Amino acid sequence: MRLTINGERRDVAEGLTVAALVAQLGVRGRVAVELNGEVLRQAQHPEVTLRDGDALEVVTFVGGGA
Amino acid sequence: MDDALVIAGKRFGSRLLIGTGKYPSHEVMKRCHEASGSEIVTVAVRRLDLNAKGEASLLQWIDTTRMTLLPNTALCYTADDAVRTCRLAAELGMSKWVKLEVLGDERTLFPDVEQTVAAARILVKEGFTVLPYTSDDPITARKLEDAGCAAVMPLAAPIGSGLGIRNPHNIRLIREVVKVPVIVDAGVGTASDVAIAMELGCDGVLLNTAVAGAKDPVRMAHAMKLAIEAGRAAFLAGRIPRKAYGSASSPLEGLVD
Repeated sequence: MRLTINGERRDVAEGLTVAALVAQLGVRGRVAVELNGEVLRQAQHPEVTLRDGDALEVVTFVGGGA
Repeated sequence: MDDALVIAGKRFGSRLLIGTGKYPSHEVMKRCHEASGSEIVTVAVRRLDLNAKGEASLLQWIDTTRMTLLPNTALCYTADDAVRTCRLAAELGMSKWVKLEVLGDERTLFPDVEQTVAAARILVKEGFTVLPYTSDDPITARKLEDAGCAAVMPLAAPIGSGLGIRNPHNIRLIREVVKVPVIVDAGVGTASDVAIAMELGCDGVLLNTAVAGAKDPVRMAHAMKLAIEAGRAAFLAGRIPRKAYGSASSPLEGLVD
């Protein structure tokens, strides 16, 4: 199935959960995920199964002041 | 003498808040944070770089046992974008403290105060502890306090400009009209700017570029720490009134002929 992650099209296996996708992205440290415009709670990551056409924003902390 | 900075009931030993952007390296940033004595650090929320696998996370370079993270909404231009960023930050971080920043113009990076107040109202209702970046306007500062913000953070000058406090009179008025802490945020260039902010009675200063962009960032971080302490001590000590003419501090009597 095809997802849009941070604006990029990605083909992934069917039935993937958000947590599994995050693991596949090779992320070190914590991320927050917005699925189709709704911010997911961390506890939802292993529970929510992704569907074809879903749009995700995966964000993290970076350096910044103002 | 206990002179802690108290924001939303939480006590901080340092009145300097520092950023995490634009340092030459993560190592230098960490040393600057240590030299500054800061206990609050701002961080930005951005899309994960999908092509930078396994890159070390910023948080590895921040001592979160000592420092409170203050995620910002830097470069948001609408209340909606800022609120969305705060909700993501709350899921990323360990708290609901945020530095709210809604900009109105790309060239000056001045805040859009109307959008800032609107976002603050929503965020406070959602249980966030909101520290808003704002203009040096006492009326807006009061609106932000009325909206339930935990502090107000007027600019000294445009973000990253290093121009120092452009309108000390307004900053002093803001300190008079609100009860919540007043933290000068943005535009500081060097240590004397920080000292002036503190001498005006401000409760703290938030800065980033003035340290990160200095020739010797670690030494500048130390200078900022001293300036906070000197300015605060001078404010508490109470300065002498300004006079138009000279007034000798040595006795006028007993001069030798």
